[in-house]
Amino acid sequence: MVRLYAVVAAGSFRRYATYRAATAAGVFTNTVFGFILAHTYTALWDERPGLGGYDLSQAVTYVWVCQALLMTCATMGGGFEDELVERIRTGDIAIDLHRPADPQLWWLARDLGRAAFHLLGRGAAPLLLGALAFDLALPASPLPWLAFAASVALGATVSFALRYLAALSAFWLMDGAGVLHFSWLAGMFFSGMLLPLTVFPGALGELARLLPWSSLLQIPVDVLLGKRTGWALVHAYAFQLGWAAVLLGAGRLLQSAATRRVVVQGG
Amino acid sequence: MAEPPRAGRDPRHATPARSVGGVPPHPEEPPPAPEATGPAARPGRHPLPGPGPGPGEHTLPAEHTLQAEHTGLAGHTRLVERLRTLRCGLRAYGLVAAMWMRSTMTYRASFAMTALANLAATSFDFAVILLMFTHVDTLAGYRLPEVALLYGAAATAFGLADLAMGSMDRLGRRVRDGTLDTLLVRPAPVLAQVAADRFALRRLGRITQGLLVLGYALLALDIAWTPLKAAVVAMMPLSGAVIFAALFVVGAAFQFVAQDAAEVQNSFTYGGSTLLQYPPTVFAKDLVRGVTFVVPLAFVNWLPALYVLGQPYPLDLPRWLAFTPPLVAAGCCALAGAAWRAGLRTYRSTGS
Repeated sequence: MVRLYAVVAAGSFRRYATYRAATAAGVFTNTVFGFILAHTYTALWDERPGLGGYDLSQAVTYVWVCQALLMTCATMGGGFEDELVERIRTGDIAIDLHRPADPQLWWLARDLGRAAFHLLGRGAAPLLLGALAFDLALPASPLPWLAFAASVALGATVSFALRYLAALSAFWLMDGAGVLHFSWLAGMFFSGMLLPLTVFPGALGELARLLPWSSLLQIPVDVLLGKRTGWALVHAYAFQLGWAAVLLGAGRLLQSAATRRVVVQGG
Repeated sequence: MAEPPRAGRDPRHATPARSVGGVPPHPEEPPPAPEATGPAARPGRHPLPGPGPGPGEHTLPAEHTLQAEHTGLAGHTRLVERLRTLRCGLRAYGLVAAMWMRSTMTYRASFAMTALANLAATSFDFAVILLMFTHVDTLAGYRLPEVALLYGAAATAFGLADLAMGSMDRLGRRVRDGTLDTLLVRPAPVLAQVAADRFALRRLGRITQGLLVLGYALLALDIAWTPLKAAVVAMMPLSGAVIFAALFVVGAAFQFVAQDAAEVQNSFTYGGSTLLQYPPTVFAKDLVRGVTFVVPLAFVNWLPALYVLGQPYPLDLPRWLAFTPPLVAAGCCALAGAAWRAGLRTYRSTGS
């Protein structure tokens, strides 16, 4: 069974790897946005050095690592969810339900394969270009990078679980676009993509750091910047794992409720 | 991707009426006379993209060109033809856009949610600026109302262009899967059809929030208003929208060549509008040079708004540039039109 999902994930990786021109275009766009945002962050941190616990170099690093992780966490869409919603709307989902594989794990495997490709194909190049143009605070030893990779994997799982819940709403609404938009919105706002969550004021910041979306960008970047080591790192992993378990569990419940609703029309 | 409202609307249009590798005959681009009479004029075949029941008063461009040759009134006829094409294009745009609006309204709950989400998503850009100003009083020498003026003008201009032309980044997909053929054989300008494709009313959200921020900026700013400054403020969103629309068209033309690389144009459209939301003093000189002289984004809001605010110009540019955006917009349109026609000429269908 594990082999099946590994094959699915590998296939998904290859599927995204096929479109080289699209990948290059995406790298270009991420790099352009990286430059724009790095300059705005520089203007802000010039006025307020040390804001949010980051120095200027760390703040600019935050920008570039976020650009590298945007597609991996599919914060703004681009993952599997459009396809799943379309299959639910057209009724193709009935075929999927007949497959000898669990839908949630199937789509999880596909999304992790995609995330792995986007991390390597879309993430590495902008980060490298950013490091050439700006003075980034990237760790020199391999250990923080390994800790970062684990945190990214957990973040991608949490991201999947959230989008799976949103996509399943199509069983009730038929057109899931609206719910998906809201799921992306929450991801954009609470993941730390706009500004580091430590810069959010007062209670809003407290709340944002407790919600699952902080697993997508804020925690992995903090791990890479060495803000979370020792027990703080264990705590960060536990936080991500906890949200992943809760949200995947909720996805299972919703999935079994949804599949009971499916009526296959004849034809 | 299946597009039910369009498929089978007129089965007669399903067969591409052109030879392999030939120049697609369509109303926007009257084929030059020699070609229309030469070997490219295929015997036994109507020289035109189907006499179908499309927009009624549309006449045949090839005949027009021939007529022009005979009567020697080429210039006049061409102008008349251009106007006719324009009218035909606007009409086609209206029809396609209306169809997509009806289609959107089928799922009302979803529409309400996507419209609201669009409003919220685009507001996030301003939320970032507000969050920044909870920590600082000035950003690179600009106060919040001043940044809000830059933001409001850029967001409104981009919102208008995005509403009208935002669907053009889907062209690459159409080129890839060959569905562009369907548009080529319809008796309406391709540009209008591509621009109106999947017309998304939800994009009104961006315009709404841009106007709200612009309104806030105008109330909060303490400026000695003159009629000239007021005119410049009114001009910014309109000429800016035309500049952005031209960018969308150039981006689409690029997709004929690049196909998969549709995302590159996001760097200039979405990236450009993000850039313009901040004062030019935030960015490196080279970046400002690039968006002034290469991609003339600085004319959307920076140059006119800095004149209104009385802020010093970047790169020591002359002040009178504040009044040139309409001219720059017209120039952009001419270039974009040329790029679009060149792109369309390179189109080769994917085959079966």
